[in-house]
Amino acid sequence: MKNTAVECHHLDKVFKQGNLSVNALTGIDIEILSGEFVCLSGPSGSGKTTLLNMVGGLDQPTAGEITVAGQRLDTMTALQRADLRLHHIGFVFQAYNLIPVLSARENVEFVMQLQGIEEKHRRSQALEILDQVGLSRMENRRPAELSGGQQQRVAVARAIVSRPELILADEPTANLDSANSDNLMELMRELNSNSRTTFIISTHDEGVMKFAKRLVRLHDGRIVGDESVES
Amino acid sequence: MISRIAWRNLWRNRRRSIIMLSAISLGIWGMIWMTALMRGMVDQMIDSSIETLSGHIQIHAPGYMDDPSIEYLLPPLNKSPALQKLLASDEVVAWSERIRVPAVIRSERDVYAVTLVGIDPARERGLSFIAESITQGSYLSSVNDNRLLLGKKLVERLETRLNRRVVLMSQDPDNNITERGFRIGGIFETSLQATETAYVFAGIETVRELLKSGPGVSEISLLGQDYRNLDSLLEKTRSAASYADVQTWLQLDPYLGSLLGVMDGFVLIWFIVIFLALSFGLVNTLMMAVFERTREIGLIQALGMKPSYILLMILIESIAMLLIGLTAGNVLSWLTILPLKNGIDVSAVASGLEWAGMSSTLVPAVKTYDVVLANAVVLVLGLLASLFPAWRASRKVPIEAITRVWQ
Repeated sequence: MKNTAVECHHLDKVFKQGNLSVNALTGIDIEILSGEFVCLSGPSGSGKTTLLNMVGGLDQPTAGEITVAGQRLDTMTALQRADLRLHHIGFVFQAYNLIPVLSARENVEFVMQLQGIEEKHRRSQALEILDQVGLSRMENRRPAELSGGQQQRVAVARAIVSRPELILADEPTANLDSANSDNLMELMRELNSNSRTTFIISTHDEGVMKFAKRLVRLHDGRIVGDESVES
Repeated sequence: MISRIAWRNLWRNRRRSIIMLSAISLGIWGMIWMTALMRGMVDQMIDSSIETLSGHIQIHAPGYMDDPSIEYLLPPLNKSPALQKLLASDEVVAWSERIRVPAVIRSERDVYAVTLVGIDPARERGLSFIAESITQGSYLSSVNDNRLLLGKKLVERLETRLNRRVVLMSQDPDNNITERGFRIGGIFETSLQATETAYVFAGIETVRELLKSGPGVSEISLLGQDYRNLDSLLEKTRSAASYADVQTWLQLDPYLGSLLGVMDGFVLIWFIVIFLALSFGLVNTLMMAVFERTREIGLIQALGMKPSYILLMILIESIAMLLIGLTAGNVLSWLTILPLKNGIDVSAVASGLEWAGMSSTLVPAVKTYDVVLANAVVLVLGLLASLFPAWRASRKVPIEAITRVWQ
C-alpha cells in the first residue's frame, strides 16, 4: 500500500493587493506519495512558491484542503503548524538559509534542539550528516565562511538530519553555478533514494528538472502538466 | 541554543552594542554618582544636626521643650531602672546626660547669650562633636572639670583667648541669678559658625554647682544603630521613660526630616528620568536588531521555533545587554567614588550652604538601597521596554518575514 505524503484538494489562494485580487493558485488537486522526488516547474508567478508555502504550513489557503503527513494543515492553528513543520517537514530555501551566528554544525543541530534531542546524540547526528553532505571539515565554520554551494549543503543537512517525512526546497540552486547545482541535486536525489524521504522542489531551471522523478508543471496558478520522468 | 543565539546576536553589530552598553553604564554611573553626592550632602546635614547635640533620640522633662530652663529636669537615672536597662542594651550605641540651660557669657570686652551645656565628657565621646573638635587647649577631663569649652568664633567675638577668664551667668531653680568666673580650657572648631557661637560646655557637676541644682538632668541624648530606622527604639524609649517627652531627631529638626523625604522622592524621579533617556536607545537598538533580522526570524519560525521562544530570545539579548551595562556602570561608580572616600573639597560653595549644615568637604554616601534601586529600575524597566520589540519579533508571520528570501 502506498502512503500519501501530501494531498491537496481544490486548493485556491487569492492575494489581496488593495482593491485588486490576484489568484495565485486555482483549483489545485495533487497527491504526492511518500518517497517521491517531485519538481514543481513553471515560469515566475506560476504559483510554485505559493504552493510550497501552503504545503509547508507557512501560509493558509483561501479555500480547499491540504493534508501533510496525515494531518489537515488548513484547519490547524499557527502553533500547530509550527509543530508540524518542526517534526515532519524540512526546508531548503533559495538563500539566507542559515542562522549567521551559528556554525555549520550548530545550524544542523538547531532543529534537533528545538525537537528536544539530547546534546550528545544531536552532535553525533550533526557531524554524521555533515560528513554525508561532504562538509566534514567545515563543521565549525560560520555561514559567512562557506561558499554558496556549501551553505546550501548545510541547509540540506539541516533539513534531513531529523529525518522528516517531507523536504520542501524552493529554488535551492538559484544562486549556484551549474557544477554546484548538479552536486546539490545529486545529493538530494541520493538522500531521497537512501532514506525514502519525499522531496518537493520548485524550480524553473531545466538543469534541475532533469533530476526529477515526477515533474509537475504550473502556469498561472493551475497545474498544467503532471508526468513521471525517467532520469 | 536560544541563549547562545541571543548572546552572539548581541555582538553582531559590535559598535552599536558598545554604544548602547556605554549608555547604560554611564546612565547607572550617573544614577549612583549623583545620588551618592546628594545623599552625602543630606547625610552631612543630618550628621551635623545629630552630632551637634541632638543624637537620634532625646528625652526631656515635660515642659522643657517650651521653656528650656533649669526648672524642668528629668529625675536621676537611678530612679528609672527600665530606662537604665534600655540604655545598657545593644540597641543603644551611645548615650549621655546633659544639663542644658540658657546663659550669658561675658568677657572683659563683650557679652553674648549662649546655651550652657553641662556634659559627662567620657559619655559624650562618640555621641557628639565636642571631643573631636578641640583645636586649642584640651577636652574636659571629668564631670567636675571646672574649665569651659568655647567655640572659636565665640572666642573671637568675646575678644578673648585660651586660658583667659570669662564669667557665666544663668538662673538657678529659684529664679535667682547665679554667676561664676571660669577659665577657657579648650576651643573647638566646627563646620558651622552657628555651633561655635551657640554653645559653651562644662563638666555636668560643675554646672550643677553653678546652678545649685539637684541630681536631675535637662536631657538624655542617645544614638541608635541607624538614624533612618528608629521606630523600635523610639517605642522602647517611650515605654521606659513614660514620664518624659521622647523625640527623635526628625521631630527635633523637622526641616531635615522633610528634606530626607524630599530626597527619597527626588532620587526615584532622577532614576526614572535617566532611565527614560536610556530606554529610547535601548528600544531603538532592539527594534533595529529585530528589523535587521526579519528574514532570520522568519527562517527560524519556518523551521518550527515557537513565537514564545523568539520572544525569549530577544529578551535574553536585552537582559544580557542590561546586565553587562549595569556591571560596567557599577564598577565605574565604585572606581570613581572610592578615591573620594575622604571627601570632595567644596569650599568654594560651602559658605553659601553652611546654613543648611554643609561643611567644606562633601563625602559621597553610597547607600545599598540606592544602588539596588538604580539597578532594579534599569533592569526591570529595561526589560519592560524590551518587551515591545521582542513581542513585535514574535508576532512576525513566517511567510511575510521570509518572503524576501523566497521571492
